[in-house]
Amino acid sequence: MKLNGTYHKLDKSQTLDEFLKTRGYNPAIVAVELNGQIISKGEYENTIVDDRAAIEVVRFVGGG
Amino acid sequence: MRITLNGRKIELDAGWAFEVRERYGKPNDIVILNGFQIEEDCKISENDILNIITKGVMPGKDELESMMMARHTPRVHSEVKKGKVAVAGLGGLGSNIAVMLARVGVGQLLLVDFDVVEPSNLNRQCYSISHLGMPKTAALKKQIQEINPFVKIELRDVRVAENNVRELFEGYDIVCEAFDKPEAKAVLVNTALEQLPDIKVVAASGMAGCESSNLIRTVKPMKRLYLCGDLENGAGTGSGLMAPRVMVCAGHQANMVLRLLLGMEEA
Repeated sequence: MKLNGTYHKLDKSQTLDEFLKTRGYNPAIVAVELNGQIISKGEYENTIVDDRAAIEVVRFVGGG
Repeated sequence: MRITLNGRKIELDAGWAFEVRERYGKPNDIVILNGFQIEEDCKISENDILNIITKGVMPGKDELESMMMARHTPRVHSEVKKGKVAVAGLGGLGSNIAVMLARVGVGQLLLVDFDVVEPSNLNRQCYSISHLGMPKTAALKKQIQEINPFVKIELRDVRVAENNVRELFEGYDIVCEAFDKPEAKAVLVNTALEQLPDIKVVAASGMAGCESSNLIRTVKPMKRLYLCGDLENGAGTGSGLMAPRVMVCAGHQANMVLRLLLGMEEA
């Protein structure tokens, strides 16, 4: 699967929520696009990520 | 030949810019041809844009806008004047973005913020002592009207939330995310991209401190999302926000908005 342009092996399919948390992302401060579609926050626990997925994760830091 | 002189299309029989100055202006007027102030005479061509400006003289309203935009790259202003841009958050980023877009001549701006100007804003936000205590929307509108009176300004004194994003930003070409808290940034970016399929979002992440300005850049992580900042340096205790770097980031956002209004979609 592809995460932010880099390839990784994903051994086990998992929910997007689990995927983010195991990689240290806080779901409250990200925007996620899976296979070209923006995923609503409410759907993170219902969306499955497998080894064919292409994901862009944008993490926001404070200030402005 | 036909040229545009101080905003008006005219037909004339002249070959050189200084000839036009002699006929229509005064000997010491500044001459701006196709976006550049010329010190030496230049030949003029069909459809050239000429502005002849007398310093110290207030022009009429019909000439003012053309003169204000005289140094723009030709044809940029007529394009951006069609643009409708929303600025969500009028702090360090938003207030500066709004002023830059006003200078560039964006047709319509929506300014959204629930807050008032207070002293700790002045180290980076585009407000003055005279604005302390005023709602940011009103304070910014007042300034913009004195910078470019031709911009149409809408104000909303509200806190942006998931349930009002669509209603606030519907009809706008671009929304600039200019919030402070990362959670608010995430809510706006996610909701705008999900619920407004035609809108483009220009967001910001990372502009604290005084690390190198060269770390601040614009990237395009998604088809309709642009992100400006160094993506790392968040504000926090021990890591402040100060005008130079905040305004570099605001400049990135405003330039990306300009590019989008001109049809350039790459970061």
